[in-house]
Amino acid sequence: MSRKLMKGNDALAEAAVRAGCRFFGGYPITPQSEILEYLSWRLPEVDGTFVQAESELSGVNMVYGAAAAGFRAMTSSSGPGYSLLQEGISYIASAELPAVFVNVQRYGSGLGDIFQAQSDYWQATRGGGHGDYRMLVFAPASAQESVDLIALAFDKADEYRNPTMILSDASIAQMMEPVALPEMHEHDPNADWAVRGKQGGEFKRVTSTMYYIDDFDTYIKNKYDTMAENEQRWESVQVEDADLILVAYGISSRICKEAVESARSQGIKLGLLRPITLWPFPVKAFAEINPEVKAFLSVELSSLPKMEEDVKLACGMKAPVETFLGGANIPESSAIVERAVSILKEQR
Amino acid sequence: MSEKRIPKLLVEPNKFCPGCGHGIINRVVAEVLEEMGLAEQTVGSLAVGCACLMMDTFGADWIQAPHGRAAAVAVGVKRVRPECCVFTYQGDGDSMAIGFSETMYAAIRNENITAILVNNGIFGMTGGQMAPTSLPGQRTTTSPKGRDAELTGQPLNMVNQMKQLPIGYLARGAVSSAKDINKLKKYIKSAIETQMNGGGYSMVEVLSPCPTNWKMNMETSISHIENTVKDIFPVGEFVKNGERIDA
Repeated sequence: MSRKLMKGNDALAEAAVRAGCRFFGGYPITPQSEILEYLSWRLPEVDGTFVQAESELSGVNMVYGAAAAGFRAMTSSSGPGYSLLQEGISYIASAELPAVFVNVQRYGSGLGDIFQAQSDYWQATRGGGHGDYRMLVFAPASAQESVDLIALAFDKADEYRNPTMILSDASIAQMMEPVALPEMHEHDPNADWAVRGKQGGEFKRVTSTMYYIDDFDTYIKNKYDTMAENEQRWESVQVEDADLILVAYGISSRICKEAVESARSQGIKLGLLRPITLWPFPVKAFAEINPEVKAFLSVELSSLPKMEEDVKLACGMKAPVETFLGGANIPESSAIVERAVSILKEQR
Repeated sequence: MSEKRIPKLLVEPNKFCPGCGHGIINRVVAEVLEEMGLAEQTVGSLAVGCACLMMDTFGADWIQAPHGRAAAVAVGVKRVRPECCVFTYQGDGDSMAIGFSETMYAAIRNENITAILVNNGIFGMTGGQMAPTSLPGQRTTTSPKGRDAELTGQPLNMVNQMKQLPIGYLARGAVSSAKDINKLKKYIKSAIETQMNGGGYSMVEVLSPCPTNWKMNMETSISHIENTVKDIFPVGEFVKNGERIDA
């Protein structure tokens, strides 16, 4: 397959179209705006619909309508804008509709800033909106993985009738890398649950499914338990004999990969565990690591430790879990190695 | 003797309070959709408030939107399924307070949907709080001494907000007399026709009584609409076939 040099956001947008996405309703915000811009001309080429909404509140509800009508639909945003999507996402989850949401993370709370960061881990993995729901959260670490995971996100959204999420960041989204794009996939919008007028059948009501399902509490817990069991994805790098295992996703994992290589060349046994799904967190990955591992280091681009909590839960605190916080600055791999060495010294 | 014929779309008796205007409006919408042969291809979008009681009794496909967002949901449906008849059915709190932006922008973009906005001057379902359409001096649970327009603003006239926009159809009707109900049916039919002919955005506001929260009986509610509400919210057609007309 031939490869093409593309910006992460553009590659993700093109891959969404090829995954059969035919509706996008969104609003500009840096650093995700290229997705919006790309789809504004690309969707009409495939008889799809692009709407620049008056707000994220409106955009997510257009996605709700298009998804209820059976079409593959998505929107994208970043930090402050993504917060505004959460009300609608809760409704879409509650109505058990498939849709895909992209958060190209930026730094900080409130307005924050447009730098790359991984500040929204809790918002993404803990539900975000109100009530009892979960989203599969995919974390790409390259433009190619943005392409691969957006297609998977649409498939899994359909499989579970549940919204799914791509948690990217400004670096992955803005840098240009070669990507191989898949063939065009056509999606059939005429699922039996899709609203399009009752067409001679019974009338359909798209609302919280709790009104119509017996023993809903058990049903919905089983749904999310099944996702948690079956959808864990990760990449492991030299974890079988590692004295210290770095845990990092997205852009942080790229630096950590370099750190592992550089440390190994100096005889320091680092490994890397890279979650590809953040919810469910890849707990199963921890079964394959060196049982004698001395410490974990969660490397995150935020000002508060967030993923660290999941690492602690996943490893059962069998070894100390430390955090390397980059804030809005991508660390040098040497700084990570240095920190790892100092942690290992303390463990002796 | 004339035959009592209930539209098939009304699959169960409505659940509104005695004397409420929603039942009449539901019936008028159902009659129009059936007479136009659109019952099988209609998708409605509603949110919360008294309107959501329709989901079980009015047998069209429905989507329940978050509070205020019914217009955005309707836009999502109509853009991907232009062959469907897509309408919102919303109260004044839903469409004009929390949903003002979604309601207005559907009109500003001249989206090819129909909005039926019920103006009863009150938040009904939540127990009678002040709405954007509450009249000056109107006692509600959040304006117990009467609405102070100096402090809370004048009643919101949505027709005035929309009539300068390049939309397809705009009218305000009422359910306070048989004559008004017949006119309302004509307005709703014109609105749906506008949509199905690709004529752009259509909105019909309906003045409707809420005896429960107005603390009035049915008869005084009706005369209140006739003698007071209509002075502030005049009825008639305001935009037709994309042309602004004098009401």
